[in-house]
This record gives sequence, C-alpha cells and structure tokens, in this order.
Amino acid sequence: MKTAEEIFNTLKEKFGSSIVEFKADKPVEPFIIVNPLEVDKISLFLKDEKDLLFDSLMNLSGVDDANGIKEKDDKGLETIKGGTLSVYYHIESTKLRHKLTLKASTDREKPEVVTVTEVWKGADWHEREAYDMYGIIFLNHPDLRRILMPYDWEFGFPLRKDYKNPEFYQGMKVPY
Amino acid sequence: MGLLDQEFTEGNIVIAKTEDLFNWARLSSLWQVGFGLACCAIEMMATSASHYDFDRFGVIPRPSPRQSDVIIISGTVTLKMAIRVKRLYEQMPDPKYVISMGSCANCGGPYWEHGYHVLKGVDRVIPVDVYVPGCPPRPEALLEGLLKLQEKIRNESIVKPIRSGFVGKSA
Repeated sequence: MKTAEEIFNTLKEKFGSSIVEFKADKPVEPFIIVNPLEVDKISLFLKDEKDLLFDSLMNLSGVDDANGIKEKDDKGLETIKGGTLSVYYHIESTKLRHKLTLKASTDREKPEVVTVTEVWKGADWHEREAYDMYGIIFLNHPDLRRILMPYDWEFGFPLRKDYKNPEFYQGMKVPY
Repeated sequence: MGLLDQEFTEGNIVIAKTEDLFNWARLSSLWQVGFGLACCAIEMMATSASHYDFDRFGVIPRPSPRQSDVIIISGTVTLKMAIRVKRLYEQMPDPKYVISMGSCANCGGPYWEHGYHVLKGVDRVIPVDVYVPGCPPRPEALLEGLLKLQEKIRNESIVKPIRSGFVGKSA
C-alpha cells in the first residue's frame, strides 16, 4: 500500500514533465495532474508496476472547468472562450488496497485526451459518455460515438456550462 | 357484467344497440402494450400483479403493439425514446387508447426546466386519453385512470368517436 505522494514521486521519476503537479490542498483526496496525451502510458505503468497494480478503473468522469473568458451575446446567453475541460480518473488496486485520482486537463477549443481503453476495458463507455456530455475527443478510442444522446444530436454537448438547448428536435418542441 | 346481467330471464335473445355492445366489448378487454419507461413502470407492474390485479378489468400486457388496445406511457419520455413511442403507437391497430402515467409523461415532471433530453409531455407526439397525476402514481391512481378510460369508451359512438384529436408533430 502506497500513499498518493509516494506514487507521485515514483511517477515523476519515471515520466518527468508528463506528470505536471501533485495537489493535496483541496478538501477532496489528493490528486495528480498529468499530461492528457500521456495518460495511456502512465495508466499502463500504474497497472503493471508490481508495487502499484492499479487493476481497477472505478470511475472516469468529465468536468467543464469553465475557466475561460465568459462572453454574453445580445440575447444575454453566456458563451465561454478558451479555458480547459478535464477528465478525472479514480483508480484502485484491489490487491494492494490503495486508491489514486488522476486529472488530465485539455484545451477547451480542441479537447483531446488519449484513451485508456487498452489499459482498462471498462473505460470504453465512460469515455463515450464524457464525449457525449462534454465533447472531449478520446484519441485512439475504438468506438467513439454518443452513448446517451441520440446519434443525430447536433446541438452540442449538454453538460458544458455554456450549452444552449435547441427549440426543436426532429419536429418535437424541446423547451417547456 | 353490467350489460348482460339479468337479461336472460325471459328467453335467449338479447336486444342491444351495436354501439353499446361494441363499447362494452372494447372497455372490458383493454389489452395493454407490455411497455414501461421508468419508475412509473414499476408501479404499473405492481398494478398488474396479484395484489391490485389489473386483469380483473381485462387488462393484460401483450408482447406486441399489433395485439394491443391501450398503451400506458409509464415514465419519463426522453427525446430519443419519443420517436420510438410514436412508432409503437402507430403500430397499434385502431381503436387505440393512451394513458399518460405520472408527471413526467404528463408534462416533463421534475425535468421540465433543465431536462435537455426530456420531452415535456408525451401529448406532444401522441394523443392522450387519460392523464394520471403522481410521481409515481399509486396503483389505485392508475386503476382510477383506467376506470376513467372505460367511462370514456362507454360513451363513445360508432358514428362520432369521442377521441382527442391527433396532435401534430410540432406544437
């Protein structure tokens, strides 16, 4: 069993600048910020290294950090330019009984994170959901389609902070 | 039995209006589409089970819309599902009836404002005969809804059916 800080030091030694920061000043459990284009290699290492053995991806979730420039259009609706979207990975080792949180932040205008489906198979649908709700593109994903919204949904990504719902979808009125 | 009760004392001929006979037959065996959407469907299944016994009113779930007379919209109708609900309704043979069960199917329920994925009332895609309020409605409420529908059918006419008009695709 290892603490998050020990794991951070191991990773920092192995991956250098791909491991951006260790954050322990939040009220939640400490997490490690990593490079979104190196997540797959870092994950594979975390899974295979014999004193880490993170065999289980408990959850993968997207977040709209909404830290860009907020602009109001003439209708008073807000749009966000720039900033980041993030993906959080909550992983666990069922053998060594330790847990870890990873965070990968990516540019909101071109949100690209590399997939971890080849490390943890269960990431497949989680990543599809993060794509569906936030529009985060998971590079090398085997089947990156929408999972909850209709396949022909062309009105954007509903959980983004500046999302606007359409008036009509397939002839059906959407607002109340 | 209503219509035929006490009618056989003076011979074996029953005289009745075709309309009454048709209506009686229709309202006494309303077969429902075996179809549920959300938590309301659990309550609908409880209504079908032995304690509340939907079958005593002639309501049996059918596995095909082609054999059904009534569809109970039991739960949240998402935009994705609305298209399928409409298709199911169109696959049912006439005469067909719709019971909208619970707040979600009636008007969007708790999703009315921020439900980006929810149709705010199933009556935007198919015509509804009876609305049953509740979240979810108790089995007693659904039974009451069915009795209201039976009452509606009992007063139908072959010449001029008392049905809610078809609601067009767009509002």
